This record gives sequence, structure tokens and C-alpha cells, in this order.
Amino acid sequence: MDLFVFLALLQDGITTGAIYLLLAIGLLIVFSVTRVIFVPQGDLLAFGTLTAGTLQAGHLPGTLWLLDALAAMALVASLFGGRTAALRGVLIWGVYPLAVTAAALFLAPRQMPAISILLALAIVTPMGPLIWRFAFRPIADAPVLALLILAMALHFVLIGLGLVFFGPEEATAPALTDASFDLGVLNVSGQSLAVLVCCAALVIGLRWFFSATIHGKVLRAAASDRLGARLMGIDAGASGALAFGLASFIAALAGVLIGAVTPLSYDAGFDIGLKGFVAAIMGGLISYPMAAAGALLVGVLESLGSFWASAYREVIVFTLLIPILVWLSLRSGSPEDRA
Amino acid sequence: MTPNAKRGLVVAAIVAGIVLFPAWLPEFYVTLFGYVGLATLVALGLVLLTGVSGQTSFGQASFVGLAAYATTLLTKLADAPSIVGLAVGLGVTGTTAWLLGLVTARLSGHFLALASVSWGISFYALFGTLPLLHGFNGIGDIPPLHVGPFSAESRRVNLGVIWAAVAILMAMSAALLDSRMGRAIRTLNGARLIADSVGIDTARLSRAVFVIAALYAGIAGFLFAHFQRFISPTPFSLSASIDYLFMVIIGGVGSLWGAPIGAALVVVLRDQFNDWIPRITGRAGDFEALVFSAVVILLLQRAPEGLLPLLARLPRRRAPRNEVMAGADDEVSPSPGPARSAVPGAELLALESISRNFGGLAANRDVSLAVHTNEIVALIGPNGAGKTTLFNIVTGVLPPSSGQMRLFGAPADRLPSRRIAALGVARTFQHVKLLPNRSVLENIALGAHLSGRTGLLRSMLRLDRAEEAKLLAEARAQAVRVGFGRLLDVPAGDLPLGQQRVVEVARALCLRPRLLLLDEPAAGLRLAEKQRLATLLRQLRADGMGVLLVEHDMDFVMQLADRVVVMDFGQKIAEGAPEIVQSDPVVQEAYLGGVA
Repeated sequence: MDLFVFLALLQDGITTGAIYLLLAIGLLIVFSVTRVIFVPQGDLLAFGTLTAGTLQAGHLPGTLWLLDALAAMALVASLFGGRTAALRGVLIWGVYPLAVTAAALFLAPRQMPAISILLALAIVTPMGPLIWRFAFRPIADAPVLALLILAMALHFVLIGLGLVFFGPEEATAPALTDASFDLGVLNVSGQSLAVLVCCAALVIGLRWFFSATIHGKVLRAAASDRLGARLMGIDAGASGALAFGLASFIAALAGVLIGAVTPLSYDAGFDIGLKGFVAAIMGGLISYPMAAAGALLVGVLESLGSFWASAYREVIVFTLLIPILVWLSLRSGSPEDRA
Repeated sequence: MTPNAKRGLVVAAIVAGIVLFPAWLPEFYVTLFGYVGLATLVALGLVLLTGVSGQTSFGQASFVGLAAYATTLLTKLADAPSIVGLAVGLGVTGTTAWLLGLVTARLSGHFLALASVSWGISFYALFGTLPLLHGFNGIGDIPPLHVGPFSAESRRVNLGVIWAAVAILMAMSAALLDSRMGRAIRTLNGARLIADSVGIDTARLSRAVFVIAALYAGIAGFLFAHFQRFISPTPFSLSASIDYLFMVIIGGVGSLWGAPIGAALVVVLRDQFNDWIPRITGRAGDFEALVFSAVVILLLQRAPEGLLPLLARLPRRRAPRNEVMAGADDEVSPSPGPARSAVPGAELLALESISRNFGGLAANRDVSLAVHTNEIVALIGPNGAGKTTLFNIVTGVLPPSSGQMRLFGAPADRLPSRRIAALGVARTFQHVKLLPNRSVLENIALGAHLSGRTGLLRSMLRLDRAEEAKLLAEARAQAVRVGFGRLLDVPAGDLPLGQQRVVEVARALCLRPRLLLLDEPAAGLRLAEKQRLATLLRQLRADGMGVLLVEHDMDFVMQLADRVVVMDFGQKIAEGAPEIVQSDPVVQEAYLGGVA
């Protein structure tokens, strides 16, 4: 391998690593607030890519109708919850989906990349809170394992729907930019840079969100002590919805970013999500900086692995978990009681 | 009819069923029921792993695959007899599971599950890429099962073998759950503090359950290879693993019968779906996965115990409330004699300058304390004085930040809980810790764990009956001793809280301790019950036991204790005979905020 190939692989690895990092952050937010290991995040990523791709092709995506159906259910449910809840319900689950649907009907035929991307984000982001509302919140106090199994089941529901909505073909999301730069021997693609910039912006934005806004502080409180937060009047349902909303926004964003580099099919999200997992586990499901390092490591290893031993690429990435688990298990003290 | 004759009839009926059923079945159903049986084997392991021990694996199909490929390579390429294929297959599967368990054993439950996802993917990728295994082209013409000159060419014979394996493993699993090790496995599911306090090695045990579940999957893999006579990586994928888990959830994780029911429902319905859905929707795809997953979600939300309890509507044995209230006997039965040889006046526990900090908070500062044989020492103090922290240090739940601890004359300040339990230190908990769905007798018998020796395999083969009878007799004796002779079969969670504390005392006594630590045992007891507890404690003292007692009921403490140690803000502020401590002005200040 010469320097050129190495640098090209490195660039690739860092770009996908940044995507894994985004997913790892989403997983960590959801896990620390709700104890749900959000397996279907990867499927939402694929939804993001495919929704943007479908819109860009001038069609209306099935995810739009899914959003409308779920929002209608949430709207009906909110009508039974008193006046304030009903008012909020009408705004969030009545007006918002109508606006998005109208915008999609009107704008999709124009096939503008930026509009397709924004619409995809607007369609996929509410899926997180809706999933929380209908799948997880009814058993929010169940053991972690039950929540994990539910998350797995949900993954199958989403890929089933993905197949119905998008068919088995791969699709790409529109690129943010077609620019590319020559740096000596290396050709840096503008989309790679855009991925890194978006990733950095998101990390900085989340940092600000968690340290400076009341909603961010509420999430941190709910993450550090769920019962205590509840006793202080923090609504566990609302903080869960917010956490899921952040995660699904992150997934949708990751989907439109990576979808411009790699074409994805309806079932491709799971593997990508799992690699975000591997990164999150490296952070022990607690530490954000460790997860970031892990994500970049996974991305680069995968990229180099695909060059040297492409058949064993997946094996390499997932076997990487073993030494990490050994290390985590040596570091952790006595086994905790399972809550 | 005697119970033995009854059991004989049942076994005969099962054997007849296994022999006759395949002979009668139409060809198509032979294959279908073969798959149901194979899936049942894997699901049985998952019931033990997920339902009983509270761990989960998304990687069981990899274990099926490991054993299937092992036996295929040996019997096809090396012409080995089937039995060698089975032995090596199980060896490979068991060793792999043991190593994976070793890696994840000390992490909490969801790490094992997550790790299993990743090896599920890794093994699947390996099966698909290793040249030796012919990738997705698969390996065909696998020799049939054969023993000596007998060869099971017919699928019907194989079906019988599969269901015989199901029957045997069901019986073995039932035997396991009904044993000392079975009780211990139940504590793994969210009750590790109990396990530690009675000396169960939880890390080793959870690994062992994991290996058992993998071996069940391995047996399924072995049979699968010789039943199907062709293998490829597809049935060993991650989604196959998740299917097995779904079967268990659909059938019911709480019972062994959940395995065959779940397996039958999923395998048969999936087959039907594959027929019908394309006819209805006009397209093939993952629809049946969608439907099953939606069902699983609904079940997890509405019926986490699975369909079995709904189908069977099993009435739970519950004692009527008034019977529970009135059930306790009135008298404490006489002492069965000293538990372990005790030298009168010998030192049992000595704490020297023990401190424990939680961040900036000093829960214990410089506490020194001793307990001797034939002595009841009471530890009192306002809430937050550090009494429970001290208990946790003595029982090895928390290590001290500094200071020394001696138990029975030997240094003991870094020993894990279960070693301390094995030395003869038993405890009860301030917040009652029992297995609420298990009977009072089973809960008490947990305390006798260390008096048994029978391991998992012997328990599964029912070679533990003599020992089990002895352990249960011991548990019954301790139950009678605390006045619970009539409530043995009631689920422990149905008792009033005060009586649950007494069950904990009986469990602690089953350990035959030399030193007994009781954390607020009289809380929630009525006066008569308190008197009975006091009588019991006096009797234990007379037998040579040392008792360290945390209690807020001053009348109870003062009539019972030989010595009282008073703590406030983590420090010992007074120690002495009850009447001396009661008149100590420092103590009065701590309790009453100073005498005006």
C-alpha cells in the first residue's frame, strides 16, 4: 500500500468514523435518559437516506405517510389528556405533520437537494418521539433487557416497513456539495469535509444544549438520577421524548450525510448502527470522549480492513469488542445488581 | 396409584408418543416438527438463561452453527462416527461460550446481550467466508446419524431422536430448577445481594448457565446437521438468533413449557405466513418478521410473561390474607443445639479504626468495635449515622476506605461477600431482599446453599435427592424455629413486611453462622412477634452465637443487648451496658438534641 492509498483510506475511515460518532452520541443520550438501547437508530438512518433520495427523485416517500399515521394516533391520544395536553397535541401532532405533508406535496416535484434534505430531516426526526410514545413509554420501568429485546423487535418492524416503503433497491441522498480539493497527492472530497463540519457543529451544538438550556439540564438531571429527577417534577415521559427526538434527528442527519457518499438499502442501517454501538460500548455507554475516540477507531479500522481483508471486515470490527469488554470487565468492580 | 407408578406411566406415555408420532405423521409435517423440536432445544436454553437467570443472548444461533459445522466436518470429511461429532461439537460450543462468558461475566446484563449481537455477526461472517466451510454454497451429503451398524437414514427416525432429546433436556432442566443450584440461579436475576450473602459464586454461576444454554444450542446444531443433511450459514445468522429469543418471549420466559409452545407457534406460523402473505399482498419479503416483531412488542407491553400464562390461566397459589396474618406459630421451638463449636468469650469480629468515605461524605469515621461469642451487641444511632454502611463493610459488600477488620481471629477486610458468608457470617437486610415469587421454604433453603456440594450436572440428573432432602429439612427446621412452620408454601412476597424480615432471619440461620448481623429485624413486627424474636435471639446467644443488631426500637434493644454501641455522624460516640449508655449525656444529645 502506498501513501496515496493509505491517505485515501484514512479519509474514508474518518468520514465514516464521524458518522459512527454521531450514532454513538444518539445511543448514549437515549440510554442514559431512558435505559433503552436504541437499536432502531440505524434503521432511522436508512430512513433518512431513502427519504431524501425519494424526495430528490420527485416522489413522496412512504415515511411521510407513516409520520402522518403515527402523528394522528398521538393526536387522538393527546385529546384525552386534558386541555393543555390537547392543545400541545394539536400543535405538535396536528399542525406540524400537516405542514410537512403540504411542503412535501408542493416542493418534492421541484427536486431541489437542500429542500429534499430538510424535508427528510423534518419527516424522520419526529419518528423518535413517536417510537418512544408508542413502543417504550408504556413499559418505561421494565428491566434494561426487556427494553433491549423490544428495541430488537422494533428494528424488524422498521426494516419491514422500509421494504414496503422503498423496495429492495439502494438509493443515494443528494450531496451537500460537489466540490473537491487537491491536497498534494490526496483528493479531499467536499462531502467528506461537509460530514466532518456537520459532525463538529452537532457536537458543539449538543454541548451548548446540555450546558446552557433548561431542556438540556433536564436531560442531564434525568440521566444522572431518574427517580430524583422525577421527584423534582421532571416529566419522565417528556424527557424520554426529547432524548428520542435528539437521537432520531442525529440518525436522520447521519443518514443524509452518509447517504451521499454510500448508497444504502432499507436494511443497511442496522450494521451502521451496530458500529455506532461498538463505539458507544468503548465509552462504556457513559463517556462521550471515549465514544468519540472509539468511533474514529472503528471507522479507520473498517476502512483499512476492507483493503487488506475485505471478506473479514465485519469480523474484525465486531471482534474488536472482545478486548474492550475484557478491559471494561477488569476495570469494573464487583458486578452491580441488575436493576 | 403411587407417585412412582404415576411417573412411570407419564414417562411411558412420552416414550410411546415419541416413537409413534413420527411414524404416523405425513412427510411434510415430519420436516416441520423436526424444526419445531430443534428450535425447542435452543429455546429451552434461553428460558434458563433469560427467564431464570436474567441474562440474554442474541447469539444462540452461532452456537447452533458451531456444533453443526463441527459435526459436519468430522463426520463427512474425516468419516468419524456421529458420537465423535457430537462430543467435539459440544466441546467447541461449550469452550467458546465459556470464553465469551469469561469476558463478559463481570459486566451487567445488557453488555452480555450487546456482545452477543457482535459475535452473532462475527460467527455468521466467518461461516460465510472460511474456505473450509464452502461459504454460502453450503455443505451437502452430510452422513446420517449412525451408531455402529445402525444408521438413521429416515427423517422419521431423526424426528424421534430430536423429540427424545427435547424430552430429556426438558426433564433435566426441570430437575435443575428444582434443586439447590436452581434456587441459586434464580438469585442471579436481580437478587445478587442475596446470592453474595449466602455464599453463591454469582460470576461462576452465571457463566455456567450461559454455557448450559450454549450446549443446548449445540445439541440442536448437531441434530440439525444430521436431520437436514445439508448446512449453510443462513440458519445461523443474527436474525435466526433473535428468532429464538422471540420464541421464548412469545411462549413465555417464566416456564420451561414456554420453549416448546413458543417454538411451535413461531415455526408453524412462519411457515403459514410464507404461504399466505405473498398470496395476499402479491409480494414476498420480510412481512412475517414484521408481524412477529409487532406481536413481540405487544406481548412485551401487555403480557411480559408470554402467551403461556394467558393460555393456561394458571391460578397462582396464594394464601388467603387472614391465613397469612394468623399463620405464624406462637412458640419458638427449642434450640437444635449449638451450630458450630464455639469457645465461650472468643472474639468473633473486631473492627479497628474503620473509615469509609463516599466522595466527600464520611459515612464511617474511625469506628472500632468487637463482637464475641455468647453476646448480643446493639448498634444504635439516628438515621444516617452510618450503621448500615458498617454492616456492608463487615459483610464485604463495601470495602473500607481505611482500617482493619478481623473475623474469627484472621484478617478479613478485603474478602468478597461470599467468602465472608462461608466463614460463618450471616446477615439480614434493612430493605428486605427475598425472591418474592418463590415459596417461603425455597427462600429459607437458599441460606443452606453452602451446606450442599452437588453441582449443576448432578442436579440435572437428579443425583442430588439425598442432599436436597437434607437441605430442605434444614430449611424446614429453621422455619419452624422462627415460628413459620405453617407458611412454608406461601410465596414470600405475599407475607406482610414484618414477617418477611423473619424469613430473612431464618434464611440467615440456615447458614449455621457463628456471627449473625441483623439490620432492623423488629421493624414492622407486632408486640407478640417482637417478643418471639427476642426469645429466639436469647436462645441463639445461649448457643454461643454472636449477634450484631441494628435496631431503632429502644425497648427491644435495651431488654436484649449485652452491650450497646452508639453512632452519630459516622463516629462511635458511646459504648457500654444498656443502662450506662441510656444515661450518657452525649447520647441523649445525639437523640434528643441536648437536654434543655
